[in-house]
Amino acid sequence: MKVLWLQSGGCGGCTQSLLCHEPRPLFDELRDAGIDFVWHPALSEASGEEALAVLEDCAAGRREFDVLCVEGAMLRGPNGTGKFHLMAGSGRPLTEWVQRLAEQAKWVFAIGSCTAWGGFSASTPGNPLEACGLQYDTDTPGGLLGKGFISRGGLPVVNIAGCPTHPGWVVDTLEKLAIDGLRTSDLDEIGRPLLYAEQLVHHGCPRNEFYEFKASAEKHSDLGCLMENLGCKGTQAHADCNTRAWNGAGSCLKGGYACIACTEPGFESPGHAFQETPKLAGIPVGLPVDMPKAWFVALAALSKSATPKRVRDNAVVDHTVVRPGVKKGGK
Amino acid sequence: MKRIQVGPFNRVEGDLEIGLDIDAGRVVAARVNSPLFRGFEQILVGRDPADALAVVPRICGICSVAQSAAAASALAALAGVTPPPNGQLASRLVLATENLADHLTHFHLFFMPDFARAAYAGRHWHDDVARRFTAQHGSAVAPWLQARARFFNLTGFLAGRWPHTLALQPGGSSKAMTAAERIRILALLREFRAFLEGRLFADSLEAFAGLAAFDELQAWAATRDGDFALFLRAAGDLGLERCGRAADRFLSYGAYELFPAGLWQADTGAQPLDMTRIAEDVSHSWLYGDTPLPPAQGETRVDADKAEAYTWCKAPRYGGQVVETGALSRQLVAGHPLLRDLVARHGGSVTARIVARMLEVAQVVPAMENWLRAIEPGEPFCLPAPLPDSGQAVGLVEAARGGLGHWLSVKRGRIERYQIIAPTTWNFSPRDAAGTPGALEQALVGLPAGDDAPPTVQHVVRSFDPCMVCTVH
Ligand code: SF4
Ligand code: SF4
Repeated sequence: MKVLWLQSGGCGGCTQSLLCHEPRPLFDELRDAGIDFVWHPALSEASGEEALAVLEDCAAGRREFDVLCVEGAMLRGPNGTGKFHLMAGSGRPLTEWVQRLAEQAKWVFAIGSCTAWGGFSASTPGNPLEACGLQYDTDTPGGLLGKGFISRGGLPVVNIAGCPTHPGWVVDTLEKLAIDGLRTSDLDEIGRPLLYAEQLVHHGCPRNEFYEFKASAEKHSDLGCLMENLGCKGTQAHADCNTRAWNGAGSCLKGGYACIACTEPGFESPGHAFQETPKLAGIPVGLPVDMPKAWFVALAALSKSATPKRVRDNAVVDHTVVRPGVKKGGK
Repeated sequence: MKRIQVGPFNRVEGDLEIGLDIDAGRVVAARVNSPLFRGFEQILVGRDPADALAVVPRICGICSVAQSAAAASALAALAGVTPPPNGQLASRLVLATENLADHLTHFHLFFMPDFARAAYAGRHWHDDVARRFTAQHGSAVAPWLQARARFFNLTGFLAGRWPHTLALQPGGSSKAMTAAERIRILALLREFRAFLEGRLFADSLEAFAGLAAFDELQAWAATRDGDFALFLRAAGDLGLERCGRAADRFLSYGAYELFPAGLWQADTGAQPLDMTRIAEDVSHSWLYGDTPLPPAQGETRVDADKAEAYTWCKAPRYGGQVVETGALSRQLVAGHPLLRDLVARHGGSVTARIVARMLEVAQVVPAMENWLRAIEPGEPFCLPAPLPDSGQAVGLVEAARGGLGHWLSVKRGRIERYQIIAPTTWNFSPRDAAGTPGALEQALVGLPAGDDAPPTVQHVVRSFDPCMVCTVH
């Protein structure tokens, strides 16, 4: 399977993250699964004219490839010219290259939230960059390729959203396609692969016991649950961040800071400070998905009243001060 | 004379185009274009000041932590808070991890593949380099990716993930390391040291860092079979210690309390920095503005049709002069005898820049081991840092590629102005109003170019390890 990769209005972090793939080094992992890069801006030898010739052959349908991976928002400005990103050496807007290549690709992958929804580039008030995602304008279908776009392989754009993406989300989706194929039923309502988007970040969070008892962190580095005060959206964000380790042992929550829901459209403009939980009458505005407000309020009151001392005390300090009790004789 | 546009100039972070005027097979003038504009300085305006911590890492996927560290340091200055020792050490470890990984990713994936090109077939070192460093397939690539991924496990422990962490806070680190984690992290550092002392240096870090003159380095390279000695043999054969001289003024904001801040020139030595001398000129950028502005008063307003402009990058100048920033600047300001010797002979060069990165790797890994031992689990990692309603502050750090500055102004609880000067903004700046070309533009003049020229231009451009997404942000 041949992959062609382009970068535009993004930070390059999805590629940098991809290079962290574990346990096997990225190129070995992909090569043995039958996946090769036709060209990648950060990784290929070909530069300048030689690289442009590869891209032109692909865009003109003279050279076959399977997956077009695009990393970064589509910058259509100023005034529809695409001049905010003319591909170096070609003088042509990157948006034009993407449109031409998307017509030839069997599958089109949006790598990262910028590419899927527009991301930070689209969040300047008034969006002077005229930035958008490949098939979405934040959460509205459309984007550069249009709501009705279906690639030659029969799928809309596959949105591997995340800021950045986890290396496993990209590698596993490519391998799923290479081994079993990808169907619409493998994607959620907004095109994200279910292999990572059918979970919530909250699943498997090491702070779950604190969550159960609404024992909340009050300040940065506290051990408690980050939902009540520090902006955590793990109960609403679709991703497997706490069951698929980041960088061997990590996750945002393990790092001591909130999930800011970087896989969701519009995460970059939450309408409140990222690291604070907006509340109405003391109750967080953003409640867990699938949970009616009355339940949440009732449950929170009940669990707060039943919080064990260990959980209550440990929630507001940065290291365990009350250890779990030890039972005698293992009973 | 003919004019050519070289691009996409890949194996750099982001998109890059270079215009070359060529006469008789030599570059007579160069124009560097950073073709991507994203407008992060506007994205920040109007937000809650602490939101900078979530926004700025997304400027750059390769120096994400450096951006976080600059914002955290500006916010700490605004709050008037000094993080506790544990918090400082933990943040420093995360920044050093990113910086060293960047140096080595540059060496293995971005820089060395050019020496594997067919243009060098027949050189005595070419077969060895091609076997080790051909892009994606060379035998050095997989071991580096493995070592890199394992090294970045430090950030899994210390910062949740990389890139784009929120662990670096103005009050310290949001992650309090446990005693058990400290054991694992020390083990990761030992693993990384073993990789470096095996494949890369084939020598101890301390022995390499102790080389004190260019002759010593060459003698060392002749007897080692590591990958770095291989580069030095190729570089010596190609004379890269005499290639890629820029303005020979070197700026560093200082790093890790190991490398001091200053401006170094051969004739004046290291001078203290005067931050009021920094201003950004936009005469050749697609931006509005007539006079150079200090960053605390800086503006970023698009003028996409400006006739004399050729890039989105501004032209920062120090006292009106072009300076270079990066690992070489850090080493020269700090006074490393090997680099001072090399630069005294030939000025800044491809070889000097690459050697400086490797010396930094060899010096900083042992320092990281010490910082980790100095951390005391159980003691605080983070202090509260409530922000005032209004004020101005500056955050300065050294990213892998050099000095990075954030100039922040807050009014009525919102960001009123946020200006960023990134390392590659210095190095890849365009001409200023006086017509003086930027550092890379100067470094390219005189190099062979055009049909059948060796890839010297490629080596010089990549010797700066450009990060284009930071450059324009
Ligand atoms: S910190 Fe967030 S993800 Fe973790 S338990 Fe609390 S709400 Fe869930
Ligand atoms: S925990 Fe949330 S913010 Fe962090 S990577 Fe996962 S989805 Fe993104």
